[in-house]
Amino acid sequence: MGLNSRRANWWLYGVLTVGLVAVVAPFVWMVLGSFKTEGELRQSPPTWWPQDGTLDNYTQLFSRLDFGGYFTNSVIVAAAVTAGNLLFCSMLGYAFAMLEFRGKRALFVVVMTTLMIPGVVTFVPLFVLVANAGLVNTLPGLFLPFLVSPFGVFLMRQFIIGLPKDLVDAARVDGSGELGIFARIILPLCGPALATLGILTFLGSWNNFLWPLVVAQTEDTYTLPVALALYSTGQNSTNYGLLLAGATVVVLPVLVVFLVFQRRFIEGIATTGIK
Amino acid sequence: MTATTAPPASAGASAARAEGRAAWILALPFCLLFLAFTAWPVLQSLFMSFTDTRSRDLRTPFAVDFVGLDNYTKAFADPVFRRAMLNTAYFVLVGVPLTLTIALAAAVALNRGIHRFRSVFRLGFYTPVITSIVAVAVVWRFLLQEDAGLVNTVLGWVGIDGPNWLGDQHWSMPALILMATWRNFGTGMIIFLAGLQSVPWQLHEAAAIDGASAWQRFRHVTLPMLRPTILFVSVTTGIGYLQFFEEPFVMTSGGPLNSTISMSMYTYNQFGFGNYGYAASLSYVIFVLVAVVTAIQFRLLREGD
Repeated sequence: MGLNSRRANWWLYGVLTVGLVAVVAPFVWMVLGSFKTEGELRQSPPTWWPQDGTLDNYTQLFSRLDFGGYFTNSVIVAAAVTAGNLLFCSMLGYAFAMLEFRGKRALFVVVMTTLMIPGVVTFVPLFVLVANAGLVNTLPGLFLPFLVSPFGVFLMRQFIIGLPKDLVDAARVDGSGELGIFARIILPLCGPALATLGILTFLGSWNNFLWPLVVAQTEDTYTLPVALALYSTGQNSTNYGLLLAGATVVVLPVLVVFLVFQRRFIEGIATTGIK
Repeated sequence: MTATTAPPASAGASAARAEGRAAWILALPFCLLFLAFTAWPVLQSLFMSFTDTRSRDLRTPFAVDFVGLDNYTKAFADPVFRRAMLNTAYFVLVGVPLTLTIALAAAVALNRGIHRFRSVFRLGFYTPVITSIVAVAVVWRFLLQEDAGLVNTVLGWVGIDGPNWLGDQHWSMPALILMATWRNFGTGMIIFLAGLQSVPWQLHEAAAIDGASAWQRFRHVTLPMLRPTILFVSVTTGIGYLQFFEEPFVMTSGGPLNSTISMSMYTYNQFGFGNYGYAASLSYVIFVLVAVVTAIQFRLLREGD
């Protein structure tokens, strides 16, 4: 048995390593490819390491195209969406977890049933709403509809419900106001949950595509995924090096954030089950 | 935020009122944004789906003609939408089991099979999940090229002459499923790893003493214990796959010959043509499908208890 299981073990390491290479290789190829010339990218068979590395693709990306601007737009939208979710979802999450109020159960049911509503259901009337408010092709038009999410409320409620309720009662005895208790006692204890929600929300906004595609109609409001998708299907669709450099610019910041905060990411996924 | 200094003994009703008021103040921003940007659009989408709203009616959304179920009957008679439904079913029915199988295999291997480098594998397998679908779709479009693509080059090493993945109507959908599986199995793997922690090791030991092989233990001990987790992962994956959009948008534009057009993508196209009422009805068809899948999940999970 012992020998047998050791042999099985090496076999397993082999399979897992092949799997790991298959999963990671596209990213490595993307980054290396972004430093290749057009000619090299069209070679068959494809090369792995750049033969004569060039920064041309990146120079073009930030001079001929405005990827610096799209990057800024993505950051602004993601930051606004994250800030809104952290604040508003923790407020309601606290009310659901610790306070008694009329209509609590009904409100909770409504919020939870909308957890599963796909974005494709609401984008047409949402566009009409945003268009009538004059917000098409503006950054607020991109982030306002995403400032709150049922998922965020659920995550914060689940965390706060695990905190001792005595904290709240004791603060009341000491004469703290209800809102003060939330701001000064509960919120500082929510660090881990806020970090998880913040990371997941920022990431979701950074990668969001359908809504920005609908609302951002000229280059000055494009976010990175919109710009990349439209260039890859439009005029620059045959400009391989440029597209790989663009994909690298979209993916790399997220990859770095992920590697730094990976433990919190994975715990967040495992406990909530939602990415 | 004035501090109420009323002593707790005499608090009673007024304290409860203060608590209720505070709760609603805390709930207010969420409720306003939620009403404006979720609840209202959901209802208006339903209303629009029964009208002939077009883009020129943008400023007068209620001054449009009511057409009853016309949009829905048109949708189910529309050959392209029918193709989109078939394609979506293909994507979900092949993609979900494939994604789940790989996720479960990876989780089991990482949980019991190996002891070193476990976190390295976990991290690597999860990486594609966090990346933009648009970006990976752009990259995969190059990887899947017929001659200069990395995938066919690797297949060539083992003597397989790879197809023109995205240019052949029979291979385009398998190619998208392959990419979606690659990108998404990490989520399932992480949830399965958490679920596997709850399978008591004593059960495995007892089964092993009774002479059960590794496969038999997996089949009769691990799988039944994981049932709720498997259901959960299959439903969340299924809901995501039912709405697949970026992959055909970037990689194939729905082609060749509509072989990869999805329900979401066709809905978006109709919106782009200005057919808002029609697009709303298509989005409600997707909504109903998602709701049905969710309802089945709850039913099955309850039976599992």
